[in-house]
Amino acid sequence: MSNFAIETVGLTYNFGSQTVVKDLSLQVPKGSIYGFLGPNGAGKTTTIKILLNLLKSPADQVFIFGKDINSNRIASLKRMGALVEQPAIYGHLTGKENLVNRCILLGIRKSKCAEMLSLVGLTDAADKKAGKYSLGMKQRLGIALALVSDPELLLLDEPTNGLDPNGIIEIRNLMIELATKHQKTILVSSHLLAEIERTATHVGIINKGELLFQGTINDLHSLSKPTIKIETNDLEKTSAILINAGAEIVQKEEHTISITFKNKEDMGYLNTLLVQNGITVYAISKERKDLENLFLDITSKN
Amino acid sequence: MRSFFVSLTSEFYKSRKTLAFWSAILLPLVICILMSWGFISQATKLAHNPAPMLWFRYISAIVGVMGVLLLPVLVIYNTYAITNMEYKGDTWKSLFSLPLPKLSIYASKYVYIVFLTFITMLLFGVFIILTGHGIQLIKPELKFGDYNANNIIFRFFSKLFLSAIGIISIQFLMNLMWNDFLKPFGIGFLLTIMGIITANVNWKYVDYLPYAYPNLTVTNIMHTKGDFNKMIIFDQAIYNSLICGVVVFIIGYFLVAKKTIK
Repeated sequence: MSNFAIETVGLTYNFGSQTVVKDLSLQVPKGSIYGFLGPNGAGKTTTIKILLNLLKSPADQVFIFGKDINSNRIASLKRMGALVEQPAIYGHLTGKENLVNRCILLGIRKSKCAEMLSLVGLTDAADKKAGKYSLGMKQRLGIALALVSDPELLLLDEPTNGLDPNGIIEIRNLMIELATKHQKTILVSSHLLAEIERTATHVGIINKGELLFQGTINDLHSLSKPTIKIETNDLEKTSAILINAGAEIVQKEEHTISITFKNKEDMGYLNTLLVQNGITVYAISKERKDLENLFLDITSKN
Repeated sequence: MRSFFVSLTSEFYKSRKTLAFWSAILLPLVICILMSWGFISQATKLAHNPAPMLWFRYISAIVGVMGVLLLPVLVIYNTYAITNMEYKGDTWKSLFSLPLPKLSIYASKYVYIVFLTFITMLLFGVFIILTGHGIQLIKPELKFGDYNANNIIFRFFSKLFLSAIGIISIQFLMNLMWNDFLKPFGIGFLLTIMGIITANVNWKYVDYLPYAYPNLTVTNIMHTKGDFNKMIIFDQAIYNSLICGVVVFIIGYFLVAKKTIK
């Protein structure tokens, strides 16, 4: 029995001669919120479409709950709900009718619609034509459509697109609630690390079709090496003293200099050394590169 | 089978507020009302006709208008409207990511378009009978009630319906291939015109052009000249229409099965 809700093994996908996904080995643990990160055009949506069998993958490369998607398409899709790109809705039907239509197709009781509309805050707009919804409302309806069958695995492709800050917070809380209280597995794609950082338990970073990092949020944090940022009255002399003392200079700016952090004792020793050499130290602090910069670093590598 | 029926129910649910659905219902009503108004206004000229000839003139006037141009255009439009619902909302991707066999999704759409065409033809039959008798109520000298044309009316429209199956399949296939109004509509319309011309000049290969079948059916009905027993429902054109329908339906399925949602 696989512990992964989603597993891809060396998945490669081409659009004609262009390779869109290259040797991708995703591992999404059950019950996790997996942040699938990457800049626009990195291959996130293509991967999600492959996971939904909308794009045909080679056999034995994509497994949903341990089963090959190609030979178990319907059984796999029964356990999944998805929001891919912009929400797929019928503009001439109301929000409620869109949900009723989905209930008809999935053989679900229609009373579930009111529950879903309430969950995504669309009860008041239930009878309004979905074509007249704002982008944020369409996004909410798309999420309701993905959730209506109560799937074990949710694939959400940039679900907060077009939402206002309140809406973003609501969706974030909803994802956390679904994962913690209802043991859902959620794969959520985004190009914004800050958004993923607050919800995800696991992260996969993709660029140009290649998976550059995969692990827990803590694994990602540990990739970021801390530095010591020092502000003094004489940067040239400071730099020379630090190099002589064996420090590794990471960055030099107009008023500050950054060196690799080793430990607290070393930080204290360097401070004393600077003072003893007649340098006035205005500020000295330990810094960790934020995840946003780390993300940029990772994605710029390929 | 359950998947097919839920998909079919969904097609009805989605389209029940669209022009395609209502045109299938209102077109026969409007044409029959207009035609009956024409008969009422010409009552004195028509009063000398015996009942079977009255029915023949009434039916052939409607069948002429319908079969030659309106039926192919209605089929072309309905096929476009039903498939375009999915393109417009970008909903192919959500349909194909549901736990339903692709064959059910494909077949239900096709069957629904066939069903809409059937409803139109059925309503034509019903409205012709109702308006025929309605004319007699307003103008008693037009003695429609002296002859029971129900059986022949339904035979006419069954034949017209069957003649449209080939066109439905071809149009459906074109609409699946292209997310476009102009290509399927333009090609369909051109082929319809070609069908009208080739049927009228009695081109020797006309039996192989599905877009000519409604026209051939109308010609066939007109040739009965009121002697309704002369009309055969299953002639070569109808067989060809059904064969074309089945073959193109199968080709279309393989196209859908391989369809990727980019």
